[in-house]
Amino acid sequence: MAVLLVAEISKGALNRDATAKAMRAVRDLGPVTLLCAGATPEAAAEAARIDGAARVLLAEGTQYAHQMAEPLAALIAVLAGEFEHVAAPATSVAKNALPRVAGLLDVMVIPDVLKVVDAETFERPIYAGNAIQTVRSRDAVKLMTIRTTGFDAAGEGEAAPIETVADLADPGLAAWLTDAVTESDRLELTSASRVVSGGRGMASKENFALVEGLADSLSAAVGASRAAVDAGYAPNDWQVGQTGKVVAPDLYVAVGISGAIQHLAGMKDSKVIVAINKDEEAPIFQVADYGLVGDLFELVPELTGALR
Amino acid sequence: MKILVPVKRVMDYNVQPRVKADGSGVDLANVKMSMNPFDEIAVEEAIRLKEAGVASEVIVVSIGVKQAQDALRTALAMGADRAILVNAGDDVHQDIEPLAVARILAKVVEAEAPELVITGKQAIDNDMNATGQMLAARLGWGQAMFASKLEIADGVAKVTREVDGGLQSIEVKLPAIVSADLRLNEPRYASLPNIMKAKKKPLVETSAADYGVDVSPRLEIVSVREPQGRQAGIKLGSVNELVGQLKEAGVL
Ligand SMILES: Cc1cc2nc3c(=O)[nH]c(=O)nc-3n(C[C@H](O)[C@H](O)[C@H](O)COP(=O)(O)OP(=O)(O)OC[C@H]3O[C@@H](n4cnc5c(N)ncnc54)[C@H](O)[C@@H]3O)c2cc1C
Ligand SMILES: Nc1ncnc2c1ncn2[C@@H]1O[C@H](COP(=O)(O)O)[C@@H](O)[C@H]1O
Repeated sequence: MAVLLVAEISKGALNRDATAKAMRAVRDLGPVTLLCAGATPEAAAEAARIDGAARVLLAEGTQYAHQMAEPLAALIAVLAGEFEHVAAPATSVAKNALPRVAGLLDVMVIPDVLKVVDAETFERPIYAGNAIQTVRSRDAVKLMTIRTTGFDAAGEGEAAPIETVADLADPGLAAWLTDAVTESDRLELTSASRVVSGGRGMASKENFALVEGLADSLSAAVGASRAAVDAGYAPNDWQVGQTGKVVAPDLYVAVGISGAIQHLAGMKDSKVIVAINKDEEAPIFQVADYGLVGDLFELVPELTGALR
Repeated sequence: MKILVPVKRVMDYNVQPRVKADGSGVDLANVKMSMNPFDEIAVEEAIRLKEAGVASEVIVVSIGVKQAQDALRTALAMGADRAILVNAGDDVHQDIEPLAVARILAKVVEAEAPELVITGKQAIDNDMNATGQMLAARLGWGQAMFASKLEIADGVAKVTREVDGGLQSIEVKLPAIVSADLRLNEPRYASLPNIMKAKKKPLVETSAADYGVDVSPRLEIVSVREPQGRQAGIKLGSVNELVGQLKEAGVL
């Protein structure tokens, strides 16, 4: 009952947090082979030390450099034959590539696994997390993405052996052009232990600096509602929710966010939730542990000051 | 160039979903149903490409129960040219899995020969985010998922994609599959005259059996439950009280 875990690689480097959390989810299913596609040898060596890794496969071909779905899925589909389970952390790379692997192998994909019940039974959220579905797979290969928020990262272990896999020909269907990466020295949203998010209530891009100031005083990452992103107050990769990022930090502070179910889908498993909103009827207060009702333009600077 | 847009009928996004008492699924009885919001965006994009002279025809297709024709009529009222309803069962609670949908869509693509398929990013009921990618695999086409910008020129689609790190720009050869993310466009409302006109637009019905596709699920639904609920907490009178509570809770 062997497992192939697709490591999350970005610009050649390992995303250890996402990969090690997914490792924690799957390592009881059997010996885990980690696939590092488009990774540097250093990244593969780092992956080899994740506790639970039995073996690392390194694919260095340039066609994997940008994690394009077509070559990546073709590679995973070829390797999948030896494995009962193929998994990856539920990042935008995996959500792009793994269903393509499923199409190639004629199996279903099980997205956003919250819990591994047994080797063929898994829990996953549906309806923006308003229901949890338990599914049993009848497919020969169980292909799944792991929602990492529910798992602690696996620690360091003994280095597993690294093998290089032969590159496949690039199918040549698509080409990478550019990445417009949001340049910031902020903490990564999905791994931060504290998150401060702003919504439409911020009213402008300039005002969003208040959210960032509060985040700085808490050493927190910054998030946003869809409305704030759509209005151009914040970049798209800050969006939290059903179709944005899913976070579960120790502390989540929602500022000027009403609490639509699509937003709650991305943050309601946070340990402690604080809401600041002038509307005392706002649905966000139904999930908040602590609420401040009032004008955010007064409360946020005051809170930031009190925390300094 | 023909564009095919698959649309799904789902519970309206404003409805609060309730799990059925027997734990078999989410209750859809007497609940408002609508076109999946991402599919409205996909339809809008296809219509804009037609208005821009890039596309010649927009075909919408839905797979599911007979009632899915409501979603198709909405798409026709927005401006799609014709519709295909693939009957795949009578039970509104029986969801057709992305793999089966993709296999049926592959047959529709064979028959209609579109150069572009625009799907929604994900259906907001099952939250799978899989159908478009599976279809691309089955056809051997390139894919550009989670698109927030789409330009077509010289047999190539140039697509800006929403990814974890920000935005990525790629080029994919046509024919290809694109999936629509929220910021691709803002879909129009269908006007009353257009809703009337849509009633006369062609809508053909076929069935999953016509395409020889078995729609029985690969994932058996063992049970469906409510998530762990959260209790509403307390409202505090001042910033100082909040700081005190957070210290007590051990998060500061
Ligand atoms: C298919 C689909 C997917 C979606 N996915 C997501 C998603 O992933 N993430 C997401 O966030 N949304 C998502 N949405 C959108 C969601 O439905 C809401 O529209 C959105 O979350 C609202 O954002 P908001 O709370 O910032 O804005 P609003 O709902 O407009 O709320 C603004 C809040 O700010 C408060 N406010 C205003 N001024 C002040 C002030 N001076 N002081 C204090 N409070 C103030 C108001 O009382 C109000 O509660 C999705 C929607 C759809 C249809
Ligand atoms: N039953 C269906 N009929 C038509 N299109 C569908 C159906 N299911 C999924 N789709 C399309 O595939 C997209 C992604 O759905 P999913 O993979 O189920 O999240 C949707 O936004 C639709 O465009």
